[in-house]
Amino acid sequence: MDLRDLYKQLIIEESQNPAQRREVEDATHSGQGKNPSCGDELSLELRLNPTDERIEDCAFQGVGCAISTASASIMSKLLKGKTAAEAKQLLREFLKLIREGEVSADEEEHLGEAMAFADISRMPARVKCAVLAWHTALNLLGEEADRELDPDEFLD
Amino acid sequence: MLSQAEVREIRKEFPILTTKVGDKPLVYLDNAATTQKPRQVIEAEANYYLTANANPHRGAHKLANMATELYENCRRQVAKFLHAYRVNEIVFTKGATESLNLLAYTLAPRLEPGDEILISILEHHANLIPWQYIARERGAKLRYLYLDEKLELDWSDYLAKLNEQTKIVSLTACSNVTGTRPDLSKYFAKAKEFGAVCITDSTQLIPHAPFDVRELGADFAVCSSHKIYGPMGTGVLWGRYELLESMPPYHYGGDMIESVDEQSACFARPASRFEAGTVNVGGVVGLGAALDFVSEIGLENIDEYERHLTELALEAVAQIKGCQLFSVAGTSPAYLRGAVVPFSYEGIHPHDVATVLNEQGVAVRAGHHCAEPLHRHLGVNSTCRASFSFYNTEEEVERFIEALTAVPKLMGLR
Repeated sequence: MDLRDLYKQLIIEESQNPAQRREVEDATHSGQGKNPSCGDELSLELRLNPTDERIEDCAFQGVGCAISTASASIMSKLLKGKTAAEAKQLLREFLKLIREGEVSADEEEHLGEAMAFADISRMPARVKCAVLAWHTALNLLGEEADRELDPDEFLD
Repeated sequence: MLSQAEVREIRKEFPILTTKVGDKPLVYLDNAATTQKPRQVIEAEANYYLTANANPHRGAHKLANMATELYENCRRQVAKFLHAYRVNEIVFTKGATESLNLLAYTLAPRLEPGDEILISILEHHANLIPWQYIARERGAKLRYLYLDEKLELDWSDYLAKLNEQTKIVSLTACSNVTGTRPDLSKYFAKAKEFGAVCITDSTQLIPHAPFDVRELGADFAVCSSHKIYGPMGTGVLWGRYELLESMPPYHYGGDMIESVDEQSACFARPASRFEAGTVNVGGVVGLGAALDFVSEIGLENIDEYERHLTELALEAVAQIKGCQLFSVAGTSPAYLRGAVVPFSYEGIHPHDVATVLNEQGVAVRAGHHCAEPLHRHLGVNSTCRASFSFYNTEEEVERFIEALTAVPKLMGLR
């Protein structure tokens, strides 16, 4: 079994049994993400500790395709324990992976299981599914997700 | 400037230009009505259908991805061509007329009774009738900006008509009749002082000269693909993203929504919000090829050469007994003008002139050129119009002049 098959299996398993599909107790942040092309909707919640700015918990609810569900679940796991700044960096790294199909060795290490989505860059129709949760999380953390998500959209 | 040898090379890319009218080679001088298409455009559209046809934005299969990518790449290309701020400021429509209707209908809810829409008397019906309709619907007033003795927009008239009630200013970037090219950045800067939305119908300028929406300070610009060597049935609306985002949809249906309930729907963001239904991917791909084609020649070169042809023709027509010109600033040399020569023949109806020219192989347009109020303002019912492209030669200008000179004789008048 090569790496791509492993990744495929990871996405399938995570989508069938998403560890992070649940409510977050005492959530400090919550927001909605929508994918206009396939109708996916998810609500993302996280609890940020105001003292050390760490994300204590992150989870999502809602229905979506295998890719958006697996992606939301893997992201929620990754964000747990990160500071807001670290989380933003990770979210940007993921969007870079989806845009460009590859990232540096360091970034690869940060992304861990999320590397399973590397191939999505070659499937334009599924990009929106893969980034839905990440886009929503960036907005939750107060970033201008539009520019982060699609820097190519802006012609400076 | 483009040499005649270079122009002859360019002509080889336009198969239709070898058409004969009877035994005479066609001299196509109706470019302001529509331009001919180079092989590259025809092949790009054909190749799309031969190799990549699918419904874009919907499927997750190979062809759907190819169609989506081709279509979205063209959006990016057009955005760069017009110097837009964002890619999704480009909305594809079926033509400039649809683009202007979209604007009229989606801006209409902002108009209160007594508000004013200001356009110029130069406008093509596409930039006139939609405003007439919306003004009547909303109880707003449609006002006209008139011309000075050179047939330029009258700046003092503009200053007199702009006021707090002026909500929309919509002006041509180049008249399809007189060739007037107003200094729009000056006009729009003034309109902005009153908070008006600034629109330009740039259909007749974009094929002929460099165009930059940022420099103009406009809010919206529209054009048609077929006037810039692309396929018919495709057009462009450019708008500032913040404004597009604040506007309701124009057409309702598939591919323009976020989510739909039985009784309500949440609409997609621009540009998708304004592109309901299956889009014309083939036409858009053809437009992309057309923009590549003109960019390779260079819009500055095109402007320079076409104005050269126009000046040659204007000077010669001015010498023909009985011919009257309706061009901006008469025949002043090196004047910034569109590539059009509007004229009439004393005592001969423009339709008869066009028919006799056609018998000699020369294609011009006769009529009011979808600018009836302008003709009335100029004091005529109709005119003839020769309009040039970079593929026209100096020899064709001569053939046009010879044919025009022979009109009275061929009609048995003199």
